Amino acid sequence: MAKSILRLTVNGRAREDAVADNMLLVDYLRETVGLIGTKMGCDGGECGACTVLVNGRPRLSCISLACSVADQEIETIEGAAKDGRLSALQKNFHEKLGSQCGYCTPGMIMAAEGLLRKNATPSDDEIRAALGGNICRCTGYVKIIDSVQAAAKEGS
Amino acid sequence: MSKTAPTKTPMVGQRLPLIDGVEKVRGRAEYTADFYPPDALAGRIFRSPFSHANVLRVDVSEARKVSGVIAIITGDECDVPYGILPIAQNEFPLAKDRVRYRGEPVAAVAAIDEASAEKALGLIRMEVEELPAYQDPRAARKAGAIDLHDDRPGNLEREIHHEFGDLEAGLKRADVVRQASFDCAEVTHMHMEPHASLAEYDVDRDRLTLKSVTQVPFYVHKRVAQCLSMDEAKVRVIKPFIGGGFGARTETLNFEIVACLLARAAKGTVRMKLSREETFLTHRGRPRTLIDMKIGVTKDGRLTACECKVEQVGGAYGGYGIVTILYAGSLLNAIYDIPAVKFDGYRIYANTPPCGAMRGHGTVDVRHAFESLLDQVAEELGIDPFEIRRRNLLSAPTRTINDLVVNSYGLPQCMDWVEAESDWKKRWRNLPEGKGLGIACSHYVSGAAKPVHWTGEPHAVINLKLDFDGGITVLTGASDIGQGSSTVLAQVVGEVLGVDFDRLTVIANDSRITPKDNGSYSSRVTFMVGNAALEAAENLKTLLIAAAARKLDAAPEDIECLGEVYRVAGGQDPGIPYHEVVIEALTDSGTITVKGTFTVPREYQGGKYRGAGVGPSMAYSYSATTVEVSVCEITGRVSVDKVWVAHDCGYALNPLAVEGQVQGAVWMGLGQALSEETRYHNGLPIGPNILDYRVPTIVESPHIEVKIIESIDPNGPFGAKEASEAALASVIPAVANAVHDAIGIRLTETPLSPERVLNALQKRDRSLSKTTAIGAA
Repeated sequence: MAKSILRLTVNGRAREDAVADNMLLVDYLRETVGLIGTKMGCDGGECGACTVLVNGRPRLSCISLACSVADQEIETIEGAAKDGRLSALQKNFHEKLGSQCGYCTPGMIMAAEGLLRKNATPSDDEIRAALGGNICRCTGYVKIIDSVQAAAKEGS
Repeated sequence: MSKTAPTKTPMVGQRLPLIDGVEKVRGRAEYTADFYPPDALAGRIFRSPFSHANVLRVDVSEARKVSGVIAIITGDECDVPYGILPIAQNEFPLAKDRVRYRGEPVAAVAAIDEASAEKALGLIRMEVEELPAYQDPRAARKAGAIDLHDDRPGNLEREIHHEFGDLEAGLKRADVVRQASFDCAEVTHMHMEPHASLAEYDVDRDRLTLKSVTQVPFYVHKRVAQCLSMDEAKVRVIKPFIGGGFGARTETLNFEIVACLLARAAKGTVRMKLSREETFLTHRGRPRTLIDMKIGVTKDGRLTACECKVEQVGGAYGGYGIVTILYAGSLLNAIYDIPAVKFDGYRIYANTPPCGAMRGHGTVDVRHAFESLLDQVAEELGIDPFEIRRRNLLSAPTRTINDLVVNSYGLPQCMDWVEAESDWKKRWRNLPEGKGLGIACSHYVSGAAKPVHWTGEPHAVINLKLDFDGGITVLTGASDIGQGSSTVLAQVVGEVLGVDFDRLTVIANDSRITPKDNGSYSSRVTFMVGNAALEAAENLKTLLIAAAARKLDAAPEDIECLGEVYRVAGGQDPGIPYHEVVIEALTDSGTITVKGTFTVPREYQGGKYRGAGVGPSMAYSYSATTVEVSVCEITGRVSVDKVWVAHDCGYALNPLAVEGQVQGAVWMGLGQALSEETRYHNGLPIGPNILDYRVPTIVESPHIEVKIIESIDPNGPFGAKEASEAALASVIPAVANAVHDAIGIRLTETPLSPERVLNALQKRDRSLSKTTAIGAA
């Protein structure tokens, strides 16, 4: 497979990598960059576990080619902390048990982050709409909604 | 097992976040597929495209020629069968002379990368003689059907016939006897983390290290050693973070053994990551269950008898099957007082992926049938559904007719709460057209009293290490799979010792380091491992008190521990801080390690009849659930608007975690009630993906109000019982009963999918119009 030079920003750091044209963004992040926080839960576009932010908007990295995000800003769960401390979403997912097994958590937090950036005071239904593509099998979602609401109140 | 005197910093009963939660929200938690050893080979499995066939030849010669392929193995690689139950091991990691379901592993490839492995898979050829395949239990059981397993004629893995009390007399005494049949679809766990294993074979020392996605590292350890014919001491099993289990990973799974076989054949490391589709194919979920239930009730609502026939379509191999069918019968008891219970259970083989244990193991569909039928009888007798249940409560302590011991029983309080919170008395039968309320109850064990391997060892062992730095390390083999077991064990230890939570570290699941544990299944960890942790902590505390006594020149019985201060009780002296006590305790002895164990006493291990080993537990948890639904008569869609659930977990060691477990269980029950079912077409799974296997999304998931009821079990750690499973089973009949309240129809099949609801509505409307027509004539 032909390779191209991919220039982009990952969690604020500029990178330049030779990347196969068919490489998925999720594989680029996990295998090339080494950021294993972004998870694969399905065979493509079914579960939301791989959600990252591309220029501030949630995107499924498992159905995005790495080369399709050239020159863009990628944010993953590893970049979610603020000044080294847990972000409001991370803190509340932790403290309010919005995360049990934790496997959907990175994608869930990134999708919620995307929501709070454009809507700082979402209703429960707006949270539901924004996280509708992120499947969690542990929590029944109740504490996920609690976590996002608590983070919104604190200011993400 | 006694409640330790309160210390200054209570740690049990606190809403503490998970001890490993920070790693999860930071994305630092490493799951099995997150390890990328640089020398790892990609492992892939070739799976049978046939549902049922005699294997004549597996030709891997072309596949071997693919550049980058290091090893290919077939069924010839392993002649040792495996299976979770020592009495039912009839599966090979790679099929030998017969394949019994589509997707069964037949061969495996290790290659330098995924692409080479993939290419090799495409060149493997299978020569077979196809056999008739059965997905329907009636076809599998029909005279003349080919037996999937030669030693199980008629494709009957096991039949169970139990009768406790006098069924005939009970039915005779009843004023109303009602019977109904139920057909509950097969469902699967669908944990978010796809299966994965990382097997590292050390060719120089003939040693094997396996990281895998298991709830039961000990069982995996034994089976891997067995199938590779290796000394168990040469195998090391490590459980990294696990993305959920729900029972799927409570037995050794084929890919785990295949990864090890492949690593040995390739003389290196194999990283095997299954796709979501393969994860569906590996299955081990709840079997399709056909139930004929009959109950007898007096006109004042007292149950006199229950007769229940259950057929479980268990798939192609034994797995936990015998246990699943036994649970279906044994837990007809221990929730209500029924004087006579007859159970006829049949576990049937079929050409589908094997079933296994899933949350509420064996009990869920039977509970659905019972609670639905009881609702129907209550209606006929004009008794409120709560009231009929209240008239049949147990009175703890009691021993059931099938020898289950119930010491704590918070079901009445559970029912009171959901009745009040849902405003049942005012709203039931009074909601607008298309809306309804339903109630149902359920229960579950707090750990199976009999372990899978009866070795005579304790049921649980905990080690605690106290070192120079004052840190306390809890070493446990209990698998945290997201349910919070490591957190709860730390809380128990911290409560007894009175130390700050930050002093505690839990190291779990590395067979080279941590003591053996049977694993996370049958909701055993809080109860059994919690009790072992309690004992270990008390043993350590005895040493610390003795050290403080020496230091303070007092008798140990006069020492009190207030958090991290030890002093003479009632004295004026401010006492000495924890770290000085630690230094004294370590003087001469050095690093301290203590142990705590827990064993289920004989009297809790069940009766003396065949099959008595499944069902007994030292404690049972109880749930009551009311749900409010809306049914759309145009689309047939059932929406659950709100759920109220009360769960008796004995004592909530961590109320936050208990709520999370109960909400998760309720929600999983909603999925089974409304939309989840695996479907097969000629043995081919239809839609083995997360879009077609419909678990509820956040959009259609209602608020779930939880009340924790604390009945304080006399044997649980601080009175605790299980919290993760019981609530699930109550939800499904609660939904069905609510749908009946909404549209007047009793649906006996699950899930209550739009097509089933629409069919039922059409049937009702047809019979109504027929009645009208006759009336008009």
